[in-house]
Order: sequence, then C-alpha cells, then structure tokens
Amino acid sequence: MQPFLKVEKLVKGYERKNVAGTREKLFALDGVSFAVAQGTTLAVVGESGSGKTTLGFCISCLEIPTSGNIWFEGRDIVALAEAERRQVRPRIQLIFQDPSNSLNPRWSVQEILLEPLTLQGNLEREETQQRAATLMAQVGLSSDMFQRLPAQLSGGQRQRLAIARALALEPKLLILDEVLSALDCSVQAQIANLLMELQRTLGMTYLFITHDLAMAAHLADEMVVMNRGRVVEQGPAQKVLRHPTEEITKQLLAAVPSLDSAALPPLES
Amino acid sequence: MVLILEVQDLHVSYSSSGGASYPALAGVSFQLMPNEILGVLGESGSGKSTLATSLLKLLPSNGNISKGSVFFEGKDLLRASAGELEQIRGKRLSLVYQEPSVALHPAIRAGEQVFQVLAAHESAGKSSLRKKTRQVLASLFPEEADRISNSYPHQLSGGQRQRVLIAQAIACGPSLLIADEPTASLDPTTQREILGVFHTLRDELGLAMIFITHNPALLAGFADRILVLYGGRVAELGPARTVLSSPKHPYTRALFQSMPQIFEDNSNGRKTKLPVIAGDFSAALVPREGCVFEPRCPERMEECRQREPTLVNLSESDTVSCFKYGG
Repeated sequence: MQPFLKVEKLVKGYERKNVAGTREKLFALDGVSFAVAQGTTLAVVGESGSGKTTLGFCISCLEIPTSGNIWFEGRDIVALAEAERRQVRPRIQLIFQDPSNSLNPRWSVQEILLEPLTLQGNLEREETQQRAATLMAQVGLSSDMFQRLPAQLSGGQRQRLAIARALALEPKLLILDEVLSALDCSVQAQIANLLMELQRTLGMTYLFITHDLAMAAHLADEMVVMNRGRVVEQGPAQKVLRHPTEEITKQLLAAVPSLDSAALPPLES
Repeated sequence: MVLILEVQDLHVSYSSSGGASYPALAGVSFQLMPNEILGVLGESGSGKSTLATSLLKLLPSNGNISKGSVFFEGKDLLRASAGELEQIRGKRLSLVYQEPSVALHPAIRAGEQVFQVLAAHESAGKSSLRKKTRQVLASLFPEEADRISNSYPHQLSGGQRQRVLIAQAIACGPSLLIADEPTASLDPTTQREILGVFHTLRDELGLAMIFITHNPALLAGFADRILVLYGGRVAELGPARTVLSSPKHPYTRALFQSMPQIFEDNSNGRKTKLPVIAGDFSAALVPREGCVFEPRCPERMEECRQREPTLVNLSESDTVSCFKYGG
C-alpha cells in the first residue's frame, strides 16, 4: 500500500538570466524524497532558501514540479490533468506565515470563511452559515467576530481564522509554512496546542515547514532537514536532533535561540 | 559612572478619532549605562514599540506623552526643541527598524542610502563623506563593501539588508542604538549573525543599546540586563542571567514555560500540550483598579484585584512589580 503522502525525486527548477545575460537553471528542489503517514506531522527544517516553501507549493498544487512524483492518497498528483487536480486541491490546504497578508483586508471574517464553502458549491446557504460557525468554534474564535475585519483581530486570532478557512473544505493534509513565526511566544504556544488538538480530533496530517527547531521538535513525529534543495537528513524528530550526522543540522542546532545562555556558543560576527 | 539614558515615569497614550484615550505606557522608568545592552522583552500590546518611538519623540500624531522625562546625555528629549532633536536623532541616538525590506528605499543603491544619512548630519565635503560611507560599509561587510554599496535592496539577502540598516544607524557615531525587533524576519542562523554584529559594535564603538524583542531566547548570552514590559508597565527588571534563569514575575515565568524545549522527553510517545497563558493581551488594555496582569495571572491573589503593585527592589539590581514580593 502507498503511504498517505509520498514524494519521490521531486525537482523544481526555475530559469533566470545571470549577469552575463545567459539563461541558467536554479534548482529550488533537487531530488527530494520522503513519505508521511496519515495523522502524523513531518517537520521540514532548513535555512532560508533551502527550498522549504517551494516544496510546500509543489505539494499543494500551486507549482508544477519539473520532474518527480507526489503520491497523495494513492494518486500521483503531478501527473493529473488540471480538472482532476482541482479535485485534489481542497484536500491539501496551505497556511501561510503572515495572516495579515494572506487574508483579504476588506472582507469580514464571515466573508473570508464563506468563500471556500460557496466556491465549492455543494452546500445550501443555511448549511454554509452553520459550517462557518462550527469552524469558528473549532479554532477557538467566537461567532461574535463574524462582522469584524482582519485588522480588528489580534495576530493570534488572524492565524486562527486562517486555520479555520483552511479547514473549511475538510482537507486531509495541511501544509503549515512558518505559521507560528510571526506570532508572540505566548500566542505560538496557544496555536501550537490548537494544531495538536485538531490533529487529534480530525486525524489531520501536517507538513510543518519551519526554521524554529524547538517548535519542530515539539510538534513533529518525523523530520527532514533541507539544504540547497536537497534532503540531507531525515528520521524521527528527536533522533535527528539528538544525533545529527550532517554539518548543516549541527549548524542549525547551534543557532537555536535558547533561554539557557550557557548552552550557546559565543557570539561572533 | 554617568548614565547615558534615564527614563522617568513615562506615560504615553493614544487618542482615537472618537476622543477616547488609550494608555500605552503607564509609568515606565529605567536607566542605561554607557556600553550596556538592555533587552526589552514584550509581546504585542506591551507598549514596546511605543517605548522605542517615544524615546525619539517620533510618535504618530495621535500619540501623546502626558508625563515623564527622558534624559539622554543630560538633556531631556521630551522638552527639547525640534531643532535640537534633529541634531540628536540619527546622530547621537539612532533607531534600527524591524523590517529591512520596508525600511530601505527600494530604488536607491545601498551605499547612497548610507551616504544620505551622513550628508544630513555632517557638513564635510562630498568626497570625505563618500570615503566615510565606504568605511562604515566596510566595517559591516569586510569582504564585499563595494558590491553591497552598488546593490539595490532587492539584490541583497535579509541579513545583508539588516546590515545596511545598521550601517545607516552607526554612520554618524551615535552613543545609543535603539533596535526594535531587528531580527524578527530573519532565520535563526542569520539572527545569530546579526546579534554578533551588534555585540562587536558595542565592543568596538562603545555603543549602548536598547534591544526590543518578543523572543526571550534571543536575549540569552546577548543582553546585560532585561526589562520585561507587560501592559505598558515594567513587570520586572534585572540582570539578564537572573531574569532568564529565575524569572520572578508570574508573567515572565508563564511566558518562559510556554516555550517548547528542543530536547523533550517524549519517551512515552505521546505529545503533550504546551502550558499557555490564558487569554490574550487585550485584557491589559481595559482600565482597571488592580494589577494589569491579574486577569491572566495563574498566581493571582485577592489584593491583586484591588490596587496596582509597585516596583519592589529584590536586590540592588533586581526589581519586580508583584504583590507576591510585597509590591
């Protein structure tokens, strides 16, 4: 049986002109392979520019990979025709880092939540209203907030709303691209708990893309470490972090901010 | 030793279009020694950015400093004239902004943007200012100052843009830098690199610094002292090592406990929830009789509801504002 999500030799190249004007290919993903079991969390860690976000875009069908396969629920979604891919997209939702940029500032909370439900078009108007209220409750928002604009919510509330919108179409896989990094520490903890709760109750599978190794350690079952478009290390999260074999993983670990200053190497410029 | 900055009983509020007034800072006091790094730890709504902008008197037009004083190098900035402030801002006291991609002009080369800061403050001829620009950039980019100088912001990485902003801030040789979340948008490796840059500047130029952040972990091994701000008030203030290893205020303690540890003991295979501080900061914005943290405090007592605690000195260098310590 195929695993829930399996990525095989995924390559995504972008063309750009270099200084001399000749075209060159830049590989954001350069042969990435891994698998994720249903109901678990895979953390994808690495520095800026290591290809984490491109990976999320490819899996959520926002970018078409240059080559390779993405097996999701038994189908290779890379090989699908656009019409079929449309049916897959609601099953895989992407949540972004900064909810103040990913929510329409002129729409009310209610409009934001109703949009995916109306576009899907298989619910009666009354049902969509009910579904929106359920979604709000699921992410810990009060239905009193329906008429508010995103700017009238706190950062944590906005990210809850972004999660509710992603849940609207009952996805099976959530791609969480730095969803906690823009939030205050105390709010990060609240949202992290919400994500764990949703995973427990809905059996959700997460691809948790982050550069926060401590949060990755807390939320993830498995972990892949990326560097320059390649997976350089993978395995159970605690094992990767406790016994890193690659230099890049050791560097990432050394840069983790920690309250325990004694554990840190001295600062150098 | 002579203080470089002394903030006394600073009160700042914002007025809404309806005429209502919302307090953002209510009686903040602290001192800064030359060559010292003070970490200001605060989350959304704590008043940390208001603190940064009011020290420079750069509040938006609806912001009002109702009380207090800010003595910088012996002069009260709150009572200084516009002309005097212009001489101080960017020259003796400068600000490093949070978002380097927004703080830099997108269509002007990096070197020119540093040059403009110098030209605004110094009367020397163009060629000597150009030379100085190069020197400042070379101190931050020892190997590629020329390339960076000729680059537009979009051609630079986040860390490089942040270094250009730092170059602007130190160009005129200030004695105090205020940095408001300067590393928030960077990845951890680059974050540490920029913290290293700040440390080197402190050592080499003898700068004092106010480093504002919401992430306590960044301050470990970096700040000398930490001021914890909650609801526009000083929750606690003390040496970084003490505050980070044995926080006194219930807010600081709860905040640290809510942060995940990288090496967790999940040997039983079950993921545990993080301990969180109930509610959010908006509770602190409602005017009340008692302590601002009381509605969210896990250790609240009867008297916390009745009046506000005052700052208690626990030792020569540690103060905390909480009834548990006598407040």
